[in-house]
Amino acid sequence: MAIRERMSGNEAVAHAIKQINPDVMAAFPITPSTEIPQMVSTFIANGDIDTEFIPVESEHSSMSATMGACAAGARAITATSSCGLAYMWEVLYVAASDRLPIVMAVVNRALTGPININCDHSDSMGARDAGWIQIYAENNQEAYDNYIQAFRIAEHPDVKLPFMACQDGFITSHAVENISLIETEKVKEFVGSYEPENFLLNADMPMAVGPYANSPFYMETKMNQRIAMKNAKKVILEVAEEFEKISGRKYGLFEEYRMDDAEYVIVIMGSAAGTTKEAVDELREQGIKAGMIKVRVFRPFPGAELAAALENAKGIAIMDRAESFSGCGGPLGSELKAALYDAKNESTTVNYFYGLAGRDYTVETACGIYQDLIDYVSGKQEAEQFKYIGLRK
Amino acid sequence: MSKATDISKINEHSPYYDMTPGNQIYGGGGSRKFCTGEWRTKTPVIDWEKCTQCLLCTPVCPDSCIPVKDGKREDFDLDHCKGCGICERVCSFGAITMKEGI
Repeated sequence: MAIRERMSGNEAVAHAIKQINPDVMAAFPITPSTEIPQMVSTFIANGDIDTEFIPVESEHSSMSATMGACAAGARAITATSSCGLAYMWEVLYVAASDRLPIVMAVVNRALTGPININCDHSDSMGARDAGWIQIYAENNQEAYDNYIQAFRIAEHPDVKLPFMACQDGFITSHAVENISLIETEKVKEFVGSYEPENFLLNADMPMAVGPYANSPFYMETKMNQRIAMKNAKKVILEVAEEFEKISGRKYGLFEEYRMDDAEYVIVIMGSAAGTTKEAVDELREQGIKAGMIKVRVFRPFPGAELAAALENAKGIAIMDRAESFSGCGGPLGSELKAALYDAKNESTTVNYFYGLAGRDYTVETACGIYQDLIDYVSGKQEAEQFKYIGLRK
Repeated sequence: MSKATDISKINEHSPYYDMTPGNQIYGGGGSRKFCTGEWRTKTPVIDWEKCTQCLLCTPVCPDSCIPVKDGKREDFDLDHCKGCGICERVCSFGAITMKEGI
């Protein structure tokens, strides 16, 4: 029987860590992810788990120590947010190219500056090209579920890539919600033990990790990373299918909400998807064919799959919670528009920015976006690209 | 556990699918086959008449390029010597000279 509980997103991830009992956690506190290592430290102090906790002096060190532990053969984890993730930057790429299946809980927070501690996706979106798998949670349940699935995906022999399990800072990480937990034995059985084929502490087969690869080798290395990332798409779906058997909860690359005959569609990520669903329900009551797609997996990016799901949409609003200052779109907007172009999708598509650094995104906000789409499609208004939603004028 | 990597088969002609994940190299001693000597711009030359076999040069070589056999140093391992010149500095008898070029 599943366990009914109520906890915050950070508690949910910490609880998953307690159930999995990884070998090593190296972490440095940063709001809003601080609670995760804090709670894990408490579990260790209480003797609940025997994870080796490495207190470090910075995030550059936490990622480096996690990498070292993982290369040594340990199941190694960390957690961070915002500037902490930025401080890991250099090492993120090394972890990916060295093919170390580290699992990192990312509690999304705006990057400074101006200094701000609230949610947006600028931290992990900035790291989108580092070669890590990225999965985003809508709520506490998903933060817990994604975290448990992360290890199976990252450690899969066809993948061997590091993994960011992302959730929205404060909105998800600190808000307490009802949650359905899986029994610890079932979690342990599902995740399994980490038995790497090769590891630095194996005295029978010494090995070199991360050797110098100059121009004759670098592109071949990247191609192998790309293949692993492509394989991850298949593995994510396989693991989700198995996860459904123990949890009853279904996961895919993205979630389609009332998309069957949807004409006006918001494509969004993270906690704002829940708010958007409420708007969809309200508009459906009024007979408006609204729908929503929540992108769960951002890396690998399910471009072709999203384009197929949007085939019949008349108006699409792609919502970015991170500015990229390209002047022609945010990360999700740019990538999805490229995928729609390749799929020869001719619908009216706009890319908006919302919720930067914790700016409210309400049901009314979402309804306003659907109204924009209706006006654009009907020709009442010319489509306006790259709007800042909720900007004071 | 993987087999020891035959690094002679990973070279500038290897396709990507013949490379290990993360370029990991299994089995020890692989660096012997990596000739760092080609990085050198100056080359140590020993004058055996001045050399007293004091062996001060051997432990200071950062690349272990001064082999010792039966208590006596042998000639430089120029496949791996990067030409740093530390041996020349440490030699008290002027037996080692750095020559321009490789």
